[in-house]
Amino acid sequence: MKQVALPYQEHEHKGLLKALKLQRMASFSKGMLFLLPSIILFSVFLFYPLGRTLYLSFFLTNSSGQTTVFVGLENYMNIFNSPIFLKSLQSTLLFVLYTVPGTILVSLFLAIIANEKLKGVGLFRTMYASTMGISTAAASVFWLFLFHPSIGWLNQLLKLLGADAIGWLTNPDWALFSVSIATIWMNSGFTFLILLGGLQSIDQYLYESANIDGAGYFYKLRRITLPMLSPTLFFVITVSFINAFQTFGQIDMLTRGGPQNETNLIVYSIYQDAFMNYQFGTASAQAMILFFIILILTLIQFKLGERKVHYQ
Amino acid sequence: MTIPLRTKIILYTLLVLAALIMFAPLLITFMMSFMSGQEIMMGNMIPTSFSLENYVAVFQRFPLVRYLLNSLVMSLLIMTGQLIISSLAAYAFVFIEFKGRDLIFFLFIATMMVPFEASVIPNFHTIRDLNWLNSYQGLALPFFAMAFGTFLLRQNFKQIPKELKEASQIAGIGDLKFFLTVVLPVAKTSLLTLGVYGFLTSWNMYLWPLLTTTDDRFRTVQIGLRQLQSQEQLNEWGVIMAGAIIVVIPTLMILFLGQKRLQQGLTEGALK
Repeated sequence: MKQVALPYQEHEHKGLLKALKLQRMASFSKGMLFLLPSIILFSVFLFYPLGRTLYLSFFLTNSSGQTTVFVGLENYMNIFNSPIFLKSLQSTLLFVLYTVPGTILVSLFLAIIANEKLKGVGLFRTMYASTMGISTAAASVFWLFLFHPSIGWLNQLLKLLGADAIGWLTNPDWALFSVSIATIWMNSGFTFLILLGGLQSIDQYLYESANIDGAGYFYKLRRITLPMLSPTLFFVITVSFINAFQTFGQIDMLTRGGPQNETNLIVYSIYQDAFMNYQFGTASAQAMILFFIILILTLIQFKLGERKVHYQ
Repeated sequence: MTIPLRTKIILYTLLVLAALIMFAPLLITFMMSFMSGQEIMMGNMIPTSFSLENYVAVFQRFPLVRYLLNSLVMSLLIMTGQLIISSLAAYAFVFIEFKGRDLIFFLFIATMMVPFEASVIPNFHTIRDLNWLNSYQGLALPFFAMAFGTFLLRQNFKQIPKELKEASQIAGIGDLKFFLTVVLPVAKTSLLTLGVYGFLTSWNMYLWPLLTTTDDRFRTVQIGLRQLQSQEQLNEWGVIMAGAIIVVIPTLMILFLGQKRLQQGLTEGALK
């Protein structure tokens, strides 16, 4: 009986393996079919261009973007010796330093006061979130008027207070600061909305037991709200960092990188080199530097985000 | 739990003050858009007259209707493309098991580390070489694939019980049919959130339309606003303001209607 059964079993086993293999093949091709549109688009518009940018950064190019002379790392050496690029890097870092903490603090404050259960609070929430629906171009028009040297509201208010007018966008000492203020305003809507969502998902039970213990408002803020909010907070900080490094629209609308290159942030610098001076090589080298900055920031987010920062 | 009166007063004061500051730029622009050029130049802060002449002027002097239409077509294209492509990818990540899936998933995560600005130069050349400058496909296609959208939908699809998939498989229902008739209807609200988000961000896009449109027939409204601002004389502030108000009306309306959904959706997508 054994002798009869064995070949039969073996045969069945083989058939099963084959069927399994076929099934695996089928589900592989099915999976790939569903993923193919994404994979093709990412390849054409993301991975290829990234490689191409790296490639271009080692070359000189003609005005249509064709490579002409291989120069190795010279583009990188040139930009790091160029006072204009170093200035751009410095402005970008300063801009990040102004706008990231600024946006987070403003949005956090708004989210905390709008999180209370009060009558009519929905209206306030909508108002605070509204800047998310306002495009960079439109917001820049608003602020261009507010910053206007003679008829703008800011200088009019200063005049009412008896102070001197300020060249908000024309004075090199003020321009970057002014652009930062406008940017904080523009970015606060989105950050507010995310932080409010984070606050609302905190378990109310924690507050109730703290109330029974007679905890004060600021004690609860420090000991419950902020620690419980830390994953959300961490997320918006990273997103704000990345957004700040990618700022372009408001620079183009408000200052065009001036005065004296004070507001020539890195993306604007890339734009100028590539699309106004047709220096695609040096522009690509700058783009690679931007890529590495963002890469590091995203990696930090993934690494720390995994740990969910701080759950008590 | 009731809030003590004193705290209530403090909170309302803070809420109103913050609202005044945050809403001021929009409110001032709105007021200015109804003032005559002369009144603005005199530095009046409160309008004493009300006129629609700025709105008439901006529509007469600029092809604003065309710009609005272009923005609408581009945003709808991007929104639809993102919804279709992200939901297909998310379905594969949740319901189809195959070798190499984790690798591809990692590839999707990797795309989030590449800022669009770092790849914008070759992208511009690609679109130019395809002769797609000044075209809707050139404006929209680079934004169709989207890791964030895929992750958001994947989170949502995961809530559909696996048994449902197994049962439908036994009943002989294919993947495409299961995807269309079961998964998509269940994920309706997430799709809506993603759609609103995609529409808002596309409508507000700046750098890419600036690079790829040079022709009024395809220029989007954001770049139109840039034209308006750089071409108009200084004493035409009212006209520029009217243009800016028209640009923000559609997105503000969408935001007001969908704010709650958007907030929930984005928080979920952000934190998983």
